[in-house]
Amino acid sequence: MTGTPPQHAASADSVGIVVPRKFAIEQPLLLDCGRTLPRHELMVETYGELNAARSNAVLICHALSGDHHAAGYHSDSDRKPGWWDSAIGPGKPIDTRRFHVVCLNNLGGCRGSTGPATLDPATGIPYGPDFPIITVRDWVRSQALLADRLGIARWAAVIGGSLGGMQVMQWAIDLPQRIGHALIIAAAPKISAQNIAFNEIARQAIMSDPEFHDGRYYAHGVVPSHGLKLARMLGHITYLSDEAMRARFGRVLRDGDGQFNYNYDVEFEVESYLRHQGQSFVDRFDANTYLLMTKALDYFDPAREYGDDLAAAFRGATARFLVASFEADWRFSPARSREIVKALVAAGREVTYAQIDSDLGHDDFLMPLPEYHRVLRNYLSRVADEVGT
Amino acid sequence: MNPALRPDLAIIGDLIKPDTRILDLGCGDGALLSHLARTRGVRGYGLEIDPANVAACVAAGVNVIQADLDEGLADFADGSFDYVVMTQALQALARPDLAVAEMLRVGREAIVTFPNFGHWRARWAIMNGHMPMTPALPAQWFNTENIHLCTVADFEDLCRKSGWNVLERVLLDRAHHRGAAITLLPGLFCEIALYRLRKPANIVPVG
Repeated sequence: MTGTPPQHAASADSVGIVVPRKFAIEQPLLLDCGRTLPRHELMVETYGELNAARSNAVLICHALSGDHHAAGYHSDSDRKPGWWDSAIGPGKPIDTRRFHVVCLNNLGGCRGSTGPATLDPATGIPYGPDFPIITVRDWVRSQALLADRLGIARWAAVIGGSLGGMQVMQWAIDLPQRIGHALIIAAAPKISAQNIAFNEIARQAIMSDPEFHDGRYYAHGVVPSHGLKLARMLGHITYLSDEAMRARFGRVLRDGDGQFNYNYDVEFEVESYLRHQGQSFVDRFDANTYLLMTKALDYFDPAREYGDDLAAAFRGATARFLVASFEADWRFSPARSREIVKALVAAGREVTYAQIDSDLGHDDFLMPLPEYHRVLRNYLSRVADEVGT
Repeated sequence: MNPALRPDLAIIGDLIKPDTRILDLGCGDGALLSHLARTRGVRGYGLEIDPANVAACVAAGVNVIQADLDEGLADFADGSFDYVVMTQALQALARPDLAVAEMLRVGREAIVTFPNFGHWRARWAIMNGHMPMTPALPAQWFNTENIHLCTVADFEDLCRKSGWNVLERVLLDRAHHRGAAITLLPGLFCEIALYRLRKPANIVPVG
């Protein structure tokens, strides 16, 4: 290592430099689709010490495009910290002085865990489209195997936003004895037709890219970057509120001269922003994983096995729940979070619900909004007291 | 016993039977729910709109649901609570009559408290040509949140017309005492009124 670390990695409320670890799960995993994965690998990061009673572990579940790198930096030269660094660290709401925080790249991901880009042991080439469709329930099963491996019998809390919040719900329903608290942020009990429609357009954008090659693009040494970029651009629009886009970009022109160019090049700032977001996503994300993640979202519907009665699904849960939503979020609106709350109340579960005043949209769940972080901090501080850390 | 519990909350607390389920509308910092959970094994939820209060409830370990009482109680099933409580909020709601009806739909009993606009200080102020500013009603007419003030007599009229049974009526001065003057002339000397209500048993239509 040369030179002094930049201020951010060394700052007192950062977990600092972190090193991901790969865990091999050797038990076979029976999936919802009926297929079995004989073994799989998961990329994991942890922050904070596990206490002697092994009671202070917290699982962070990531959303559509997230991964195991939730906090800190991989090197001194990293420009950006992990995706939820605003909330995880010493003295932050998910306080690493008190909790042992575990975050993994979910099965099917593209950041080191077994996924479509992994070599299929049966063929010796990447799985590609032959990788099984993974559901939220499958993720919970896989995460439970990881917990076994880490010696964590029960999570003090399982926490997640968006698709991550759906995993939290599934944990509370499927493995009630293994989760003390469920923190479900900016989620929904199942996604709407409108949401499925957005996902379908994203998938079509990827699959209709000439470089997609039916998902076997690895063999051709190409990636369907154009399609993946479009998918991300579309997603990005849905993560922001109309008001936020108006405030950030308005109708500001890319060129400073204030003149229209009357052509199809980038004219407005917002176009430039979306293209940039799309391009930087292509550089770090696999198209097949994106397809897989959107399907997991579409299929999620825990009430389905309980006669479409969400309250019945929650009746066996024993965790205490914190549900939070954001005013400006229209992709996973407060009304959807209130459906979760309503079902929890009907099931007689312990639940707290915070509806946070916000501007940005769905992405607010990643922002350090004071009102939001105060609720998270107060809630988790009690959890920490409870588990004796 | 929590020595810091507000006197009106302490009085309500004494009305709640142990091991029951309660919904507290406008629960503030959760003091009543936290007190009842600790001392009587009462379980339930508070509804609260103010973010600072919500955060305080969370810190106290009280189940709080952030909600606007004016939007009703549609997320709660009929008869799902033993008690629905609302302290000092009735007069600030868009439709107090509908609010009490909702409380009696969701709960077996409703407990409400409100400031009595018929108190002699309020009457005196109006006699002198001004909207009242009293210790129980400290805000000015133009910035008060109290948009539906009523007197004890008005409220009892509403109960009669709506067919709600008054199980209990507690009339208090602002120190939350039941003085001799209140007993003598309740409409004039009561500053804070507390009512425990029940909906009459449903008459099942035949045929």
